[in-house]
Amino acid sequence: MIGLEHYLTVAAALFVIGIFGLFLNRKNVIILLMSIELMLLSVNVNLVAFSSFLGDMVGQVFTLFVLTVAAAEAAIGLAILVCFFRNRGTIAVEDVNVMKG
Amino acid sequence: MQADLNVILPEILISVYAMAALLGVAYTGKDRYAPLLVWITAAVFVVMAAWIGFSGDGTRTAFGGMFNDDGFARFAKVAVLLSAAAVLLMGQDYMAQRDMLRFEYPLLVALAAVGMMMMVSAGDLMALYMGLELQSLALYVVASLRRDSVKSTEAGLKYFVLGALSSGILLYGASLVYGYTGTTLFSGIIASAEGQAPLGLLIGLVFVLAGLAFKVSAVPFHMWTPDVYEGAPTPITAFFATAPKMAAMALFARVAHDAFGGVVGDWQQVIAVLSLLSMFLGGIAAIGQTDIKRLMAYSSIAHMGYALMGLAAGTAFGVQAMLVYMAIYVTMNVGTFAFVLSMERDGRPVTDIASLNLYSRAHPGRALAVLILMFSLAGVPPFLGFFGKLYVLRAAYDGGLVWLAVAGVIASVIGAFYYLRIVFFMYFGEEGEPLEARKSPVLWGFLMASAAIMVVGMLNMFGVEAMAQAAAATLVD
Repeated sequence: MIGLEHYLTVAAALFVIGIFGLFLNRKNVIILLMSIELMLLSVNVNLVAFSSFLGDMVGQVFTLFVLTVAAAEAAIGLAILVCFFRNRGTIAVEDVNVMKG
Repeated sequence: MQADLNVILPEILISVYAMAALLGVAYTGKDRYAPLLVWITAAVFVVMAAWIGFSGDGTRTAFGGMFNDDGFARFAKVAVLLSAAAVLLMGQDYMAQRDMLRFEYPLLVALAAVGMMMMVSAGDLMALYMGLELQSLALYVVASLRRDSVKSTEAGLKYFVLGALSSGILLYGASLVYGYTGTTLFSGIIASAEGQAPLGLLIGLVFVLAGLAFKVSAVPFHMWTPDVYEGAPTPITAFFATAPKMAAMALFARVAHDAFGGVVGDWQQVIAVLSLLSMFLGGIAAIGQTDIKRLMAYSSIAHMGYALMGLAAGTAFGVQAMLVYMAIYVTMNVGTFAFVLSMERDGRPVTDIASLNLYSRAHPGRALAVLILMFSLAGVPPFLGFFGKLYVLRAAYDGGLVWLAVAGVIASVIGAFYYLRIVFFMYFGEEGEPLEARKSPVLWGFLMASAAIMVVGMLNMFGVEAMAQAAAATLVD
């Protein structure tokens, strides 16, 4: 029997993979966007699992909002990335270093 | 339904204005109308601020408690709208001259303002998230507004990646809070988080606080701030330093008290640590900076630390102190950035601190205004910034966080060094290539007005004290 805790474990694993992808990745900014997407999707798994467990629709409504915003976020991220590529000619993470912060 | 819509009428009007203007200008004149749009948007902001400010008191909720219109929200909204209007007007001339005044800029700022108004009024995790994202998405775009500049697009990219990370963290926390309380309404969360909260809820709370700490750029979630401040065009940096900080801080207070007011002891320590780290890192890391925009970034990190100190007290007086501190901080930053925007040499913007050498000889009036602002930022009595610091220190002391108040005093002494260094350069620096001041009555007006407020305000703070007290009373019962 697959219970709530299984879903939560999967979601937590996905979330952690997303965060590690964001910090350990040294290659490509596209991978950063994928990691961000992974984090948001793990949240959706969480929300739907809780929603089904609690018998409450609010969690699924929240999921739809998150999906919509994630799409808008990806669009803006890619647009900024295109502008960056035009100026710099590269999208390697180690080249995002004109300013040292 | 009609009553609900009446409550959010200001937000609806601004978003309809932004969308209608976007359509209209895209079909007709495009960037030709940009200066006009800046003025109209600023006028809309001021009118809305006046409307919200004078709409009387009382608390109204809409959409089943998802949206609150109370004194606290109104205070934050007025501060957000007025500072956004001021920053729009300040930047117009600078951007027009450098050919980057696009018609999208004022409209994106308008949409960001709607997002901020949603944030400070949120009464539900969904409303919070939507407001936060509307604000953030608009800000990512304005950060990289200068599409042909490597620095500006890099600032936008960094802001986007770290901002999206913070949204993800906040959202993960929100999902845990939902799972352990069974509701996303703040009123429902506070009812089930009374006394001993379950562990899952506390983990959710910490994630939500971490996500919000990103947005107010509190240490250890501050790493985007210096790069974004440096890379974004200066008028946009001025915007980042004012309205979004006010909105994020107000949202912080709303989540802490409205949703988690039953477990004050649990978030108090987290916020106190964020505050302590921000004050010290902001003060120490700013010392080595040579670029005034980076310096202002670390300065804002330190100031956020002080504002969080008020919040960490966990009392109504703490919220009041935070609001007063933020109002003073925003006013000081408007003046300081009016000065930074006017720094130029041969028509090109200069942001190097060393270029301020002996600025007082050529421009004694401006130098005096900057001196007042720097003293005020450093918290030197008798200027207004000192009273802001006094307020949060007292709130922390009354709230039982004596160690934090003592640390705050030490950090403010460290932080005073780099503000006074600017004053030193201006009055006793070495001979160097002189800096010109842009002849702009708007910039001059904002600089002088801000400096004048720092001096005159110590009489009665223009009544902000009483307003903040009323606002805090509606948030913390």
